[in-house]
Amino acid sequence: MSNEDIRVLTAQLAADPSSLVFLPLGEALRRRGQLAAAEKVAIAGLTRYPDLADAHDLLARVLGDAGDLERAFDEWDIALRLDGGHAGAHKGIGFLYYVAGDLPKALSHLESALTADPGAEGVAAAVARVREALATPATAMTAPQPHRPAAVASLPPDSGDIGAAEASAAEVRAAVFEGLEGAQDGLLLLDAEGLRLGGGLSAPDGAPVGDSVAAHLAGVFRDAERAARLLSLGSWKSVAAETADANLFLCAPTAESLLLLVRDNSVPIGRLALQAEHASDAARRWLEGVA
Amino acid sequence: MNTDIVAALESVTRVRGVRGAMLVSAEEGLVVAEASMEGLDGAAVAALTAGVVARLSRATEAAGRTPPAFVHLRADGGGLMAVPALTDLLVVAVTDPEVNVGLVRLELRRVAENVT
Repeated sequence: MSNEDIRVLTAQLAADPSSLVFLPLGEALRRRGQLAAAEKVAIAGLTRYPDLADAHDLLARVLGDAGDLERAFDEWDIALRLDGGHAGAHKGIGFLYYVAGDLPKALSHLESALTADPGAEGVAAAVARVREALATPATAMTAPQPHRPAAVASLPPDSGDIGAAEASAAEVRAAVFEGLEGAQDGLLLLDAEGLRLGGGLSAPDGAPVGDSVAAHLAGVFRDAERAARLLSLGSWKSVAAETADANLFLCAPTAESLLLLVRDNSVPIGRLALQAEHASDAARRWLEGVA
Repeated sequence: MNTDIVAALESVTRVRGVRGAMLVSAEEGLVVAEASMEGLDGAAVAALTAGVVARLSRATEAAGRTPPAFVHLRADGGGLMAVPALTDLLVVAVTDPEVNVGLVRLELRRVAENVT
């Protein structure tokens, strides 16, 4: 959201303080890292709408970003008391349990979030990740924490930034391509819905981008399939792309999965195709093992 | 200009295994010019190629990378290749399976550089 958008929302709220525009404004400020301003907007909104679950959810997210996980938990807890099916509150509490290592409770809340909002950003991937972690004996045996998990870490529970929890999940995902170059960065396995199953991917600045890229690739998968079919080219096999600084290779190890390889552009596409074959073999073995 | 573009596209179709070549508006997926597209539905090629390239561009953007400078969709019975030219234009080739990919890419790039 641009500065202009925020100015417009601020003006709307000033003109009509009873407007629900405080919700998108607070969220926009939170996303920009203006947490003090976001908290102020959220609290002002809550004074007018104390029974609005969305307002408690907004404040919880701001508090979570600020590292105040105990209060964030309390706000999400209130949101759920007001609206037992609130997707944002289930998602937030689910991530807090995830961070705390209480995977069964995390899964329960994340599944509720997904049921309430099947399109919620990052939730489907998180559910898959927690299920995967629960299927791994070492993680499944993690002792549950007490009912309130908030004090365990000072990490923001936002979907795209779950810090230490993400790091432990990365170990599970990396196992898919164990022993292959780029097992944790540069190889990505996803399902046909764009949910990451294994591997990982970072942007050039080091930011993890696996989940967002996976979501876009599901569309590429469908478009490639449709283009090949409608142009009578038969079944599609791969999509290769060259960018200014990287080469990408996309193929389907199975009918229901997709594999992406990303290497810097010193690695020719032909070599990427060979690496993709090895990675596809590993992915198929792993998928068969999971099934 | 259109005659020049068609002539340039014909240089792509002269590569063995190229079934047709065309210039496509990337945003709308519409045909701007085409050469030797016998047996191919030019409008469908344009729309579908633009769709794949647009999706892929969003994926590379999400990965923190620049938009693709070359895209190759390979299928059992042939392939599609695309190279962006000026803003909002794609040079596209439809090929047989056994085509010299490197040579087609060079020709597509040459056309892309000459589209004014």
